[in-house]
Amino acid sequence: MRSLLRALLVFAGLCLVWQVFVTVTGIPPYLLPAPTRVFAALIDRADFLLPHALLTLAEIALGMLFGILLGGFSALTLARFAPARRWLLPVLVVSQAIPVFALAPLLVLWFGYGLASKVAAATLIIYFPVTSAFYDGLRHTERGWLDLARVMGATGGRELLLLRVPAALPGFASGVRVAAAVAPIGAVIGEWVGASAGLGYVMLQANARMQIDVMFAALLVLGLMAVTLYYAIDAALRRFIPWLPESLTASSKE
Amino acid sequence: MTTISDPSRSRALPTSPPAVSVHAARLDYGGTPLFDELDFSLAAGQWTCVLGPSGVGKTTLLRLIAGLEEAAAGTSIAAGDGRPLAGRVAWMGQQDLLLPWLSALDNALLGARLRGEPDPGSERRSAAIELLKLVGLGGRLAARPAELSGGQRQRVALVRTLIEDRPVILMDEPFSSLDSVTRWKLQELAVELLAGRTVLLVTHDPREALRLGHRVHVMAGRPARLDRPLLLDPRTPRRLDDPALLTLESELIRRLAGAAEAA
Repeated sequence: MRSLLRALLVFAGLCLVWQVFVTVTGIPPYLLPAPTRVFAALIDRADFLLPHALLTLAEIALGMLFGILLGGFSALTLARFAPARRWLLPVLVVSQAIPVFALAPLLVLWFGYGLASKVAAATLIIYFPVTSAFYDGLRHTERGWLDLARVMGATGGRELLLLRVPAALPGFASGVRVAAAVAPIGAVIGEWVGASAGLGYVMLQANARMQIDVMFAALLVLGLMAVTLYYAIDAALRRFIPWLPESLTASSKE
Repeated sequence: MTTISDPSRSRALPTSPPAVSVHAARLDYGGTPLFDELDFSLAAGQWTCVLGPSGVGKTTLLRLIAGLEEAAAGTSIAAGDGRPLAGRVAWMGQQDLLLPWLSALDNALLGARLRGEPDPGSERRSAAIELLKLVGLGGRLAARPAELSGGQRQRVALVRTLIEDRPVILMDEPFSSLDSVTRWKLQELAVELLAGRTVLLVTHDPREALRLGHRVHVMAGRPARLDRPLLLDPRTPRRLDDPALLTLESELIRRLAGAAEAA
């Protein structure tokens, strides 16, 4: 609660600096609208912004769902089968070298202007962090636990499922946190390249029409959604993985 | 935890435990041989203790018997009854190695779960609960390791080792991280519960070896050698104020000091 209060105070402080800056320099509102104008636009155009925001949120949520499922599955495959490691790991690294931004026009071409191409972009952008964090966790199981399992006569599959997967969940959790932070990027990129709805679309349109206050309002909504998503995910992870090392959760609290 | 060597408390084994012999063991570590032509044996149904300066290879020897180290060709590790050793060994390491996401009870039952044995069911489960009660953790069955003290965690690890119900028990300084009172209690408990099994106890504490062991070796040199064992009378745990043991203790410390110089 205190940290929330602190965050709000910092936000209010920034808005104040912004307001003073706009008032003192007399910068025209089509370059930088004052925060009061932005909030006014946010309230006036709420009915207009809401459906777009919900659409973007849906894209982010679906992208996270697919990205996490796909990443989790890939990491398990890599950890379980040595040939998969030899053949797929290089592909995975190379695939990460191609920016999603460059792929977005292709995705729109393939999946159309609707929801699917944005979900695909968000999925792609979070696939790698989830896979690599989870796979890393799966590879670095405490040596002693593996020795214990070996003396106990564990089967490979059960060792993976009962030992290495739970041990890797903290790593998986940090991958999911990164995913929550970058998934909105994927969705917005998809909307920029080609869409007829969504916050990214609203921002482009408002920019073209010099409605910079609307653009900022959309940006504010997007930021609020992203931050809420991140903290909701973080809280859920800590709730379901109580053995998460403190250092990980502590760093995310800051 | 007061009565000692009450036979009804130690879990009876279906067959008598085997002796274990290591013959002509060779193992390289960083280019130099840690063991070369090393011979060593565990007497059936007895506690064999190995003492030695750190780094001499005590832990490696134990891991070799546990099947956790690759020995060079020519090494033979065999059970006295001619049957394979794999699957008849339980291992207890220096750390408790409890899984932080499992309760004390589930940690104790880990082996059965990892082998995919049909649901540990009532029998093994109730045996584990009995043992946890016996070690004074009856009220902490559902506690996660993070909620337990170091001594309690080590007791869960002891129960996990026992519930495996293996005839050969390999213990690597299992009590070294505990305070002396807890260590004392756990030693008594281990003697009681492991009675009649073939036990290898690696330790750096001469008093622990004298208190618990039937045969005590000192390991020294590189490549490492084991001296002739000190044979002790079979009643354990012993009282350490026995003057005969005090003499033996100074003898052991002398040997250990010699071993440390040779290393």
